[in-house]
Amino acid sequence: MQKSPLLTLIYKDLLTEWRQKHTFFGVLLYVGATVFMVYMMSGQPEAKIWNALFWITQLFIAVNSIAKSFLQEHPNRFRYYYTLVKPTHFLIAKMTYSTLLMLLVSSISLLLFNIMLGAPIHQLGVFIGVTAVGSISLSVMFTFLSAIAARAQNNASLIAILGFPLVTPLLMILSKLAVKAIVPVYQPGWWKLLLVLSALDILIIILGVILFPFLWQE
Amino acid sequence: MRKSWWKVACVLLLAYALIGGLLMPVPARHILNETIRNLYYHVPMWFTMIILFAAGFGYSIAYLSSNKLEHDIYAAGFTKVGIVFSILGMLTGMEWAEYTWGEPWSNDPKQLGTAISMLIYFAYLILRGGLSDEEKRAKIGAVYNIFAFALMIPLIWVLPRMVDSLHPGNGGNPAFNQYDLNSNMRIVFYPAVIGWILLGVWVSSLKIRIDLIQHKRDNDFSINTNS
Repeated sequence: MQKSPLLTLIYKDLLTEWRQKHTFFGVLLYVGATVFMVYMMSGQPEAKIWNALFWITQLFIAVNSIAKSFLQEHPNRFRYYYTLVKPTHFLIAKMTYSTLLMLLVSSISLLLFNIMLGAPIHQLGVFIGVTAVGSISLSVMFTFLSAIAARAQNNASLIAILGFPLVTPLLMILSKLAVKAIVPVYQPGWWKLLLVLSALDILIIILGVILFPFLWQE
Repeated sequence: MRKSWWKVACVLLLAYALIGGLLMPVPARHILNETIRNLYYHVPMWFTMIILFAAGFGYSIAYLSSNKLEHDIYAAGFTKVGIVFSILGMLTGMEWAEYTWGEPWSNDPKQLGTAISMLIYFAYLILRGGLSDEEKRAKIGAVYNIFAFALMIPLIWVLPRMVDSLHPGNGGNPAFNQYDLNSNMRIVFYPAVIGWILLGVWVSSLKIRIDLIQHKRDNDFSINTNS
């Protein structure tokens, strides 16, 4: 049976990840070290600071782990993929793969944060939900930026330069959403904010799908 | 001369906005007082910026569909002058805020949204600066420009409206639009907006023309006797 190219591509990425376990463990070590460093500097901070530190950590994890989704591939290999699959499939596969990776890594960092920096979360379900939405937002954004950076002379530092301004509002919304799970306050318009965030995510994906084919052809 | 009527109009409108804006009567409002005149200078900067960024966005799309480097020069020219206007808008706004809100930076959501969009466009400049290959710079620049513009619009239009703002017209502050913008102010405000937009387009057209000449020169392989 012929598998769809999308699934094959995701499977390929996961297989590469599994075969090159050292990069994955590198990311895990990075997460652990970052959380530990935050803990060393702030101890067990109050809930609002906890929230801010958590999202800043998520940002740095995303920059470092998602960046490689395109950068880890040799530029010449893109030409090979170009002959095999549609660019849209390729981008969506990469986005799915980095979302899976990011979901895993951010749940690990959430666990570490809870262990080391104290557990101010009241509504765990809500916070996990927000973290999941946040992982999706961060990974689709950085996957596309990683595609741009890969075309621009494989310059990894470019991801941070391009990404930070674009991702700031996403993080603002995310931390505002997450506050609901931490401080039991009445927040009018919470669902509306969540809708705005989802709409932004969908917008990013649509823009990526439209623009990626142009980026891919030489 | 027939083609430059809009430049004459630009100069006349701006002269009118400058003189009329400073001398014509304005309604006296609590806190705002005479600073309400900033409306003629601060607000048109944003209009001009949006128009120029939109023009850059349009030319970026045109570049992707036509692959003509001229379109990229247009897109870059409009966007760069748009950035200048965003800086001017930020400065006039901060100057005004110093006297009405008490400090130039007060975490106003609109201010934050604008600061973010300025950062996004500075990143555009850095992205372009880092690429030396013309075709590549044009293509990647166009892709990023479209991506950035399409995301910036919700940022500076939707986000600030979801939280309370100190800006006139938001959160119970005296507004320009509802009752303050009386007919006295309108007859200066609208010409001022048109004048500033024309100035923005004029400056960008100069920048674009210089870049087009440069581009032509760089791609001219006939023997140049001057150099």
